[in-house]
Amino acid sequence: MAGKTLYEKIWENHVVVAPEGEQTLLYIDLHLVHEVTSPQAFDGLRLNGRGVRRPDLTLATADHNVPTSPLSTPIEDPISRRQLEALDENCAEFGITLFPRGHENQGIVHVIGPELGVTQPGMTIVCGDSHTSTHGALASLAFGIGTSEVEHVLATQTLPQQKAKTMAVVVEGTPPPGVTAKDIVLAIVGRLGTGGGAGYVIEYRGDAIMNLSMEGRMTVCNMSIEAGARAGLVAADETTIEYLRNKPGVPEGAAFDETAERWRTFVSDDDAVFDETVTIDAATLAPFVTWGTIPAQVVALDGVVPSPDTAVDADGRESLQRALDYMDLTPGTPLRSIGVDVVFIGSCTNSRIEDLRAAAAVAKGGTVSDRVRALVVPGSRRVKEQAEREGLDKIFQEAGFEWREPGCSMCLGMNPDILTPGQRCASTSNRNFEGRQGRGGRTHLVSPAVAAATALAGHFDAPKVPA
Amino acid sequence: MKPVRIIEGRGVPLERSDVDTDQIIPSEWLKRVERTGFGRGLFSEWRDDTTFVLNQPEYAGASILVGGARFGTGSSREHAVWALMDYGFEAIVASSYGDIFRNNSAKQGLVTVQLDHSDVEELNRLVKEDPSRLLVVDVERLTIEVPEAGWQRHFALDPMTQERLLQGWDDIGLSLRRDEEISRYELTSTAPSLAGVFDHEGHAR
Ligand code: SF4
Repeated sequence: MAGKTLYEKIWENHVVVAPEGEQTLLYIDLHLVHEVTSPQAFDGLRLNGRGVRRPDLTLATADHNVPTSPLSTPIEDPISRRQLEALDENCAEFGITLFPRGHENQGIVHVIGPELGVTQPGMTIVCGDSHTSTHGALASLAFGIGTSEVEHVLATQTLPQQKAKTMAVVVEGTPPPGVTAKDIVLAIVGRLGTGGGAGYVIEYRGDAIMNLSMEGRMTVCNMSIEAGARAGLVAADETTIEYLRNKPGVPEGAAFDETAERWRTFVSDDDAVFDETVTIDAATLAPFVTWGTIPAQVVALDGVVPSPDTAVDADGRESLQRALDYMDLTPGTPLRSIGVDVVFIGSCTNSRIEDLRAAAAVAKGGTVSDRVRALVVPGSRRVKEQAEREGLDKIFQEAGFEWREPGCSMCLGMNPDILTPGQRCASTSNRNFEGRQGRGGRTHLVSPAVAAATALAGHFDAPKVPA
Repeated sequence: MKPVRIIEGRGVPLERSDVDTDQIIPSEWLKRVERTGFGRGLFSEWRDDTTFVLNQPEYAGASILVGGARFGTGSSREHAVWALMDYGFEAIVASSYGDIFRNNSAKQGLVTVQLDHSDVEELNRLVKEDPSRLLVVDVERLTIEVPEAGWQRHFALDPMTQERLLQGWDDIGLSLRRDEEISRYELTSTAPSLAGVFDHEGHAR
């Protein structure tokens, strides 16, 4: 019999009941909650007289709506304020631990899970948010759900699920200098397309993945959904275990070693068979930028804006043309010659300490271009405090970057950090959809290093890499 | 959820691929805590354009949206489904869907019909030829028809989703009936409780 994939191992450990001809009822080990996709679910519970089955496996944070201005400033938008208040009330009513704005543990839901050590190998994790796949970097099966499912998990701590197909995305070899985890995942999304991963759980494998830090693995898993896959996984190894050591959510001393022994089993067996395998040669990678309005529209920073004629059919030509029109770009234009108005360094893709260190290393001693507004938004209060201990805030501020409070910020247009119509933004976030960062805004996805270099240059640029 | 068996209505040809949930309902609408009223925000950025198909009088009141490839990718927001239904859509036709969107639709009783790309194109043509044509989606027989044009196609739907739509089942109610199995599972569950990690104010112990 063939061995098991990591996905199959975690799945089997969580089957509550698998009735013939029905979906499997899967147990959920951790349910992360935020203000946007939960109020209607809590209302549903109240309407039906239902409670929360396991408040002790449920954790809430405020992230999407929170302003990133100083904590002393009020939340001016009454609708946002109301949504945050609803989260306060719901968590109090149902006994759920909440990290509200200003709390020492507050931050973007996919940043705080791993950094608090509540995301652990072998777990099933859900959240009403498609980037829940981020947590898969720690060998957990983590996926986004809709509000009806949020209500379902609150009430039952389970979800009826259909088993997914498995895909191995193997990135082999050593990437050229200057290529980051973000470039790796942009290349993967470009290769698979926005629908290529639909119906699959992806396991990222190969030495270029396993040589990444935990933060880098999170960046890769984060964007699984941009390739259409609900979940992305990386096997547990010593990097995972060392990352988790001394985190608040994990046991201490001998108990940690015991738990770590169990974590080491969360890898695919050598003879496991994947339904699909895609291999990418890391040596072919470069710093990437998206040029269009879907994340798969990726080109190398040294490349040019593509022509609609590169599409395989009339449909494709039409959608490329629509993307070019929306982005106000002309085919053949070198990416490096395109000026930007805003640079955003943040989001659950790239707002962890390592991301900020990479950006600060580029920003150090430089000056943000006159034409650019540049924001740095740490993913959590813990990241912010760590960065301040390292003096990164000073480096950014001296170069002319804004240093802001943690939250989702300009990743999506739900809080005061938005683009105005027509503004062009180099962003370390994960979605370049039309209007994602504010109505009429134009988003280009990049790595933190490219974002920082672009802020200084005023047009797309990458830090010089030593030859 | 109300049972759904037959949907009869006129169609709207959206003729766009990669319609993500940010387009279906832009995030500024997600600040609301209610479940209703999202219809006004449906495709709100595109509706500013007077030539957008939903602004054309001949498509007013249509209840079946004909989309393109990869409909509903992106964000998990169930608000996208609420917006489509609040606006009056009861079924979507597309050649592929975002996984989470399709799941959310099933929970709300919005029928997602999946057809080959060429069939979607044909349907678009039939609808554009005569916007008053009636379309019929039959969830029991898994067919979509334009009776007046003698056009009919079968579509696939996983049996569980089909059954759920036909019966109007409340998933939560069904799972709650598994209470005994869930409790038994919990006896050996390895899920680490957060009770020992954070105090009542969320500070790490
Ligand atoms: S940072 Fe962006 S992608 Fe991540 S959870 Fe927040 S809004 Fe979603």
